[in-house]
Amino acid sequence: MATEDDLKVRDLLVRVLREHDAEILDLWVRAQSERAAVTALGERELRSEAAGVIAALREGLETGLPVGDVVERHAPAREAVVRLSVRRARAGVDPTATALATLALKDTLLDVLREHTDEPGALFSAAITVNRLLDAAGALTFASYVEGREEIIRTQHRQMLELSTPVVRLWRGVLAVPLIGTLDSARTQLVMNGLLEAIQADEAPVAIIDITGVPTVDTVVAHHLLQTVTAVRLMGAECFISGIRPAIAQTITQLGIDLSTITTRATLADALAEAVRLLDADFPDMASERVRSAL
Amino acid sequence: MRPGEASAVDAPVSPVGFTESTHPVRDEPDLLATRHAVRSAAVAAGFDLVGQTMIVTAASELVRNAYIHGGGGTLTISAIGAAHGRRGLRLTVADSGPGIQDVEAALTDGFSTGAGLGHGLGGTRRLVDEFAIDTEAGRGTTVTVVRWVT
Repeated sequence: MATEDDLKVRDLLVRVLREHDAEILDLWVRAQSERAAVTALGERELRSEAAGVIAALREGLETGLPVGDVVERHAPAREAVVRLSVRRARAGVDPTATALATLALKDTLLDVLREHTDEPGALFSAAITVNRLLDAAGALTFASYVEGREEIIRTQHRQMLELSTPVVRLWRGVLAVPLIGTLDSARTQLVMNGLLEAIQADEAPVAIIDITGVPTVDTVVAHHLLQTVTAVRLMGAECFISGIRPAIAQTITQLGIDLSTITTRATLADALAEAVRLLDADFPDMASERVRSAL
Repeated sequence: MRPGEASAVDAPVSPVGFTESTHPVRDEPDLLATRHAVRSAAVAAGFDLVGQTMIVTAASELVRNAYIHGGGGTLTISAIGAAHGRRGLRLTVADSGPGIQDVEAALTDGFSTGAGLGHGLGGTRRLVDEFAIDTEAGRGTTVTVVRWVT
């Protein structure tokens, strides 16, 4: 529905964007800096980013797409807006300041248009066009900001999974996994992989899973613990569980979970003592080696 | 009425200090969030560590059931009071999933339709003082439990 008026307005806008791009750039960057909260980005980065958005919007207008669709459907414009938003999300800029960045461009464009247009009618139509163009940009900014934040959360979640499941060597032949937090299927898989690989690498006869840092042991957590113990035993090693507090012990029995086939201890120290006893009995070589190294 | 003896879940509720909050159960992170919410409610209600652990574990079982078998739902935590200044927590976990075909069987230890240990529902009943289940095939399941501060 490109009427003659529409084309004229579009031409005007494209012309202003081309001829006065330096002015628009300066004003927009200044407006953003004044609104603060983008200090983390740095002036130069802000400028090159702004220049990219302005150029992409102009090109988008030149393609003749409906104004409201330019940001969505003109790939370079879309990318420029998404990049602007995601970069702010990563830099920790809050969502309001991010949305204001695109709104500031609206003000800037209107100011520049007013300066370079004498005809009130043309200015009015141009204002409407600018609004349509940048409202779409604002909506996209917000959507991609949220997406950017979610990406960060997903990354942190993955990092946390790995951070929180270390396998430590407590003693010669004794490995331990101090669990913190909860034990869902993803964590169980990680713990099991790490522990089984460490048992093989260390030729460790005993592994201890310490659940002092696990606040809730329900049937699923218990199931995962049992699975891990079974896997360790399949490799010929023994597996103890330590960190069974009074409240956990009572809850497990009320739930009706039978852990009697597993060696459990109240504290990691008790479990280690038990492990050393087992090693002394079953692996006297290791024990004598330990004495030698102690001397 | 001693704990364990009571079967009616609609205990008298004192309007004083009555608080209630509802939490969505849609995905894995919600399971963690609901456990935290129940723990802070249990601390606020004055439960000791054993009581806290038991009601949080009960909530964990019910909420996971609603998530895995019921396709998600809601958890409502109510701080309740009764005669003689008795205080407690009521948890209502509702889903609109397929419902439970055979409730008696589901409450029996060792019963499981999933990969779990099959102690979930029966074990949960032992962790609380009052337990009620309302389910119908195709309409969903609502489990209401109460644990009193001892």
